[in-house]
Amino acid sequence: MNNDEPLGGDVNAVLSIAEEKKKEMRDNWSARLTSLAETRDKAVFASLFDYFAPRVKAYITRLGMPPATAEEVTQEAMLSVWRKAHMFNSEKASASTWIFTLARNLCIDRMRREKAVEYELPEEEPDPDQRDQGEHLILEERMRDAIATLPENQAQVLHLSYYEGKSHSEIADQLGIPLGSVKSRLRLAFSKLKAHWGEEE
Amino acid sequence: MNISHHFDDATLMAYASGSLPQGMALLVACHLHWCPHCRQRLSQAEAIGGALLDKIEPMSLQANALKSVMDRLDLEEEIPIPRIDPVQSATNLPAPLHHYLQTDLDHLPWKRLGYGVHHVDLNLQGSGTTRLLKIAPGVSVPHHTHSGNELTLILRGSYTDEIGRFSAGDVADLDGEVKHQPIVDTDQDCICLIATDAPLKFTGIMGRLVQPFIGL
Repeated sequence: MNNDEPLGGDVNAVLSIAEEKKKEMRDNWSARLTSLAETRDKAVFASLFDYFAPRVKAYITRLGMPPATAEEVTQEAMLSVWRKAHMFNSEKASASTWIFTLARNLCIDRMRREKAVEYELPEEEPDPDQRDQGEHLILEERMRDAIATLPENQAQVLHLSYYEGKSHSEIADQLGIPLGSVKSRLRLAFSKLKAHWGEEE
Repeated sequence: MNISHHFDDATLMAYASGSLPQGMALLVACHLHWCPHCRQRLSQAEAIGGALLDKIEPMSLQANALKSVMDRLDLEEEIPIPRIDPVQSATNLPAPLHHYLQTDLDHLPWKRLGYGVHHVDLNLQGSGTTRLLKIAPGVSVPHHTHSGNELTLILRGSYTDEIGRFSAGDVADLDGEVKHQPIVDTDQDCICLIATDAPLKFTGIMGRLVQPFIGL
């Protein structure tokens, strides 16, 4: 679907159009996931499956699950998307973030081979200056852009932690650096990303 | 609850990425239950995961995957996952811990560790240990550092160490760079949940002598 004509040969304009399209698509996933809870439309579910299932499988595989289990857990995760769609709140997270946490929880439970337990957090008090729905998505969007600008050594620990599920000590061993350095790199990365959240600290 | 000590960002990121050992994850869930500030920061740490999920190189599923999931959409939910209700339990314990213990702090099989110190090992799987510690007023834990990370959540009472004063709801989030000697500073027992990902190292001569016995 790459049929954008370059506008006046301006590479930046073309890139920014491509970025804009990606952003629209992500907002779109959150809107679709919200509608799924009300409509129970299986065609909508199938479209979410097409986009997210291969990503969830890639994520789970990188966490170290054997291929057959990764396939099975991915299908379970997508089934949870259908069953729990009513719990998705686009004011609190994007569709990607919500599905990430679902998949992560399933992996933890599977790796521990024990009864699944979910720690449901208390509902937040309504915020007096409640952000509107679009605003949260914009904040996540800014965080995405910021990840791309992290220095290599911070991006590396972020990937090892989130993508490979490595503990801080394991990362320290793998990179041959002290535990304290792993944590300080993660803290630095987080503070940069949070700065784009535009509040606190 | 007046919470003044919170988790390190790196700890919340480890929780968000699912890479904390079981006991530390339980402890983090307990503090999150009490602390809106850390819940807000957790949602930011989870958004990093969401952003990375969007960027990951997708991996194909089996050819029949969509169909086999679609076929299951209308089936009853097979095994309902037990949900831990966020409502504060009558015991004043954070719900995740109450769910795990199924009793309150006064009815646990406390075992004596040494002068003025009792403990209950939660026997969780994975690296490190997770235990409840009950320390009598005026008693201090021997001077120690940590070879890995140590999380402490105060459930009742308070203590003071080189870092500050910790009371119910507070967490101490320490790694190997910190050396401390907590002392219980009121006339009430201090009860904490402590989770580590590696054994502690005691530093003083007393510490080295007691370590083999109390196995902290």
